[in-house]
Amino acid sequence: MSVFSAKAAVARSAAVASRLAGRGATSVPGSVLLQLDQHAIARLAAGLRRGSVVISATNGKTTTAALAGSILARAGITTVDNFAGANMAGGIASALLAARGRAGALSGELGVFEVDEFWLAPVAAELDPRVIVLSNLFRDQLDRYGELETIGERWAGVVAGSSARLVLGADDPLVAYLGVGAQEPLYFGIEDPNVARSTGLAHAADSTQCRRCGGAYRYAHVYVGHLGVYECSNCGLRRPQPGVSAHNVVLEGARSARFELRTPAGSGTVTLALPGLYNVYNALAAAALATALEIPLATIVDGLGAAPAMFGRAELVQIGKRELQILLIKNPAGANEVLRTLALEPGEHDLLGVLNDQIADGRDVSWIWDADFEEFAPRVRHVTCAGTRAPELALRLKYAGVPTTRIALEPNLARALDAAVAAAPEDGKLYALPTYTAMLELREVLGRRGQATNFWDRT
Amino acid sequence: MSAQVVRVCALYPELMNIYADRGNLLMLEQRCRWRGIDFRLSPSTLEAPLRDEHDIYYIGGGQDSDQRLCAADLVARKAPALRAAAARGAIVLGVCGGYQLLGHSYEIGEEHVEGVGLLDVRTVREDGPRLIGNIAITLEEGVLVGFENHAGRTRLGPDQPPLGRVLSGHGNDGHSGFEGARRDNVLGTYIHGPLLPKNAWLCDWLIARALAVEPETLAVLDDALEDAAHASALHAAGR
Repeated sequence: MSVFSAKAAVARSAAVASRLAGRGATSVPGSVLLQLDQHAIARLAAGLRRGSVVISATNGKTTTAALAGSILARAGITTVDNFAGANMAGGIASALLAARGRAGALSGELGVFEVDEFWLAPVAAELDPRVIVLSNLFRDQLDRYGELETIGERWAGVVAGSSARLVLGADDPLVAYLGVGAQEPLYFGIEDPNVARSTGLAHAADSTQCRRCGGAYRYAHVYVGHLGVYECSNCGLRRPQPGVSAHNVVLEGARSARFELRTPAGSGTVTLALPGLYNVYNALAAAALATALEIPLATIVDGLGAAPAMFGRAELVQIGKRELQILLIKNPAGANEVLRTLALEPGEHDLLGVLNDQIADGRDVSWIWDADFEEFAPRVRHVTCAGTRAPELALRLKYAGVPTTRIALEPNLARALDAAVAAAPEDGKLYALPTYTAMLELREVLGRRGQATNFWDRT
Repeated sequence: MSAQVVRVCALYPELMNIYADRGNLLMLEQRCRWRGIDFRLSPSTLEAPLRDEHDIYYIGGGQDSDQRLCAADLVARKAPALRAAAARGAIVLGVCGGYQLLGHSYEIGEEHVEGVGLLDVRTVREDGPRLIGNIAITLEEGVLVGFENHAGRTRLGPDQPPLGRVLSGHGNDGHSGFEGARRDNVLGTYIHGPLLPKNAWLCDWLIARALAVEPETLAVLDDALEDAAHASALHAAGR
């Protein structure tokens, strides 16, 4: 047994211990391994015959990686991936370790990893990826990540130090600018003014100033937050022309979306089992990644269409006669898109809002005041507020204009779920809007009741 | 009785808004509206002149580069009007970066940036981590709770009183036990969360002061959720 194999075995036993302790801590074995060997990721990744690709963004990493996984499966490419969600160095090392067989060979050819924005630099240095997909940067967890520009600068460092092909969101000025000077970056973006926001830039929009000269961006169309078709009013720096784009977008409520996908290889109609314009962006990112990997267009279209909703991202759960849809919210931009998508469904809605302040959620819950609950407030029939900071969510909704008679406060998640289900009309639908750890907790509660699968049990 | 009106000027709302500063303006607006008080909000952005015609001037926090732009504009274009407004008794409230701008100066890296000097404070950089976390402070009038997240360390001048004393958290510099600064109707604090939603009493105090009445004379509102949110934030701060 080699020294590395011995270390791998130690790390694996940590995984067993962690599972016995009943925690879904998918990063534990990898973190143990990294303590024993700081270059374990590079050592393990060397066994990936087709190399690896990484995906990072504030919003949509997990969904983009899952969509890419669905395309790659159709293309007959086996992957080693972290679709279960742990996306810092420990999670990626865990994914590689889990894929390593007794003889040391890996069970997949291509590594597909979603990487936390902050961890991109060290992880990319270890993986030496073939393709780096960078989609968007929104303000998120300022207590953990710091300011947006700090992340932008870290990413610029990653791009400068890597020989990877870049796949970049054309519609996010901060991200698109990373492609200036790069070798043939592949841009993706939306090309359909009919789905642009009628109200222009979102409140508290990020990245409003030109990366090159500091001038103000002028937008012809805004699609999501500060993503759109822009041009600097001072130096004329424009949004690059996307090589992979979405046209004729049709948003079908909180259930699905359709669009015409155009790539350099031609065009096809994509039907997504995921709702909202934000998921069109995720599909474009996955399609652009697959294009960069030279996967045929027909396979891309099929793969996107076949991908189900997952891990609390528009996931549907049946509770008796009622249907529960889980829509993760974790920052203003993401929450706004979820609310905008919900607003596509007619009538008034029953909600279960769960606001937690664990480290993975961000300890600072201020962000709920930056999310645009105002537009959605008249559509709330009843909302139950839960989580470690439940009263603050209730207060936010009150000031957004939801009458207090429609707001219930129950910090305990299991009890809140029961109350919210009971309050929803029979045969009706309940929308759960949890933050990240609240989403895990909610799935755990549902799992204990046999209504959803614990994500770490997925294989 | 003539209709009451509260006129609020938001300084650089599209740039200095990083910690959900909109929540502070929304609290002022709704709590005025629910009491039948006319609420008027005017933004004053880069290069726009500032008029001395408002009851409350609010400035929030921003990213370093945005704050630098605003600091230059504030000193070059708006300082005389802001000083005149403060001198006649208008309220000036600065939160986080806005608090730093109300002082004499602050530092970004090696760079020294001038503020308007309405508060006798200077903000410097020191070695050590950002000061981040839930915070609770005590004032004569009550307790303020929220969240702080700042790299700068703010030092009070010899005769400059703080806004409050730290019960839990870091405050101005992590060791003095002081948080914020106050000179009559000019207030600066690092507390966001945002500040006013978690501390409805301060919101009412500001409204009353803007109307030149005692807070007790304002119409009583049902504050069950406001009180619960304050208690929740206080609990998070470990008090």
